Amino acid sequence: MLLALGATALVVVGLLWEVVAAPLGEQLARHRARRQVVPTPDYDPGRERRAEARARQLLKSCVNDEEWGMYRDLGFIRVWGLQTERPGGHEAAAGTPYAYLIYPHRPILAYLPQTGRLLNEYCVAFPDETRPYGSARLPDSDDVLAKWMALTGDERRLIETANLHLPGRQLDPRQIKRDLWRLRQWERERAKVAVTR
Amino acid sequence: MKFLRMKPGHGEVLIAEGDVDVREQEQQLVEEFRRQLDAGMWAAVPLSGAGRRTAQLARSFAEVPRDAERVIFFPRAAGG
Repeated sequence: MLLALGATALVVVGLLWEVVAAPLGEQLARHRARRQVVPTPDYDPGRERRAEARARQLLKSCVNDEEWGMYRDLGFIRVWGLQTERPGGHEAAAGTPYAYLIYPHRPILAYLPQTGRLLNEYCVAFPDETRPYGSARLPDSDDVLAKWMALTGDERRLIETANLHLPGRQLDPRQIKRDLWRLRQWERERAKVAVTR
Repeated sequence: MKFLRMKPGHGEVLIAEGDVDVREQEQQLVEEFRRQLDAGMWAAVPLSGAGRRTAQLARSFAEVPRDAERVIFFPRAAGG
């Protein structure tokens, strides 16, 4: 009788262990994970500023004076498109010159300078998955330079890589219109200065 | 010729430098170029001419102009 009870008790304990062991192990692993010290690189604003200053110098050394002045004064660069087909297959735009606005860490915008018509937004990023300081994001000016090099070096390749959206998805069209107006003013001022020299 | 690599939190970093007319140094540059492309980088050579400036994307070291002063590596583009 005792033997039978003992055997039954052992079986019950064994079955219970099967049920309880897995959740217990999971709880233990979670507890250990919570207590584990995960090394996270501290955000250092000084380092980010130095990185941006270095990136600005590199950008300045690659683009021409007009593009550098545009970025310094307005915060974006205009690059003229060179494809024979218009971006996004806009038939109405065929044959007319088009251009892109490059902003740091924002989509590239294609538009028609003659009319100010916005064509497309191209969402593209250059994530560095090695994340040397915990972030995959390049400094602002490096992001602009990467877009500029990719656009002027192989426009089609970059455009085909990017996600295409209609204008207004991420960039506020009113802001873009203001930026285009600022660009026209800026070019006017620049032309005046060039004449007086 | 200098190889520069864009890096988050740092700006550009000099990763290699050599004279393409010196065989050993050229070989080192070729190997570093391959290493960077294998690591998922794009390579661009800034070109300076009269007026408009552009860049040339290079898919192999052979596409880099012999007189280029620098090649800039940056992470491959991805749809954002």
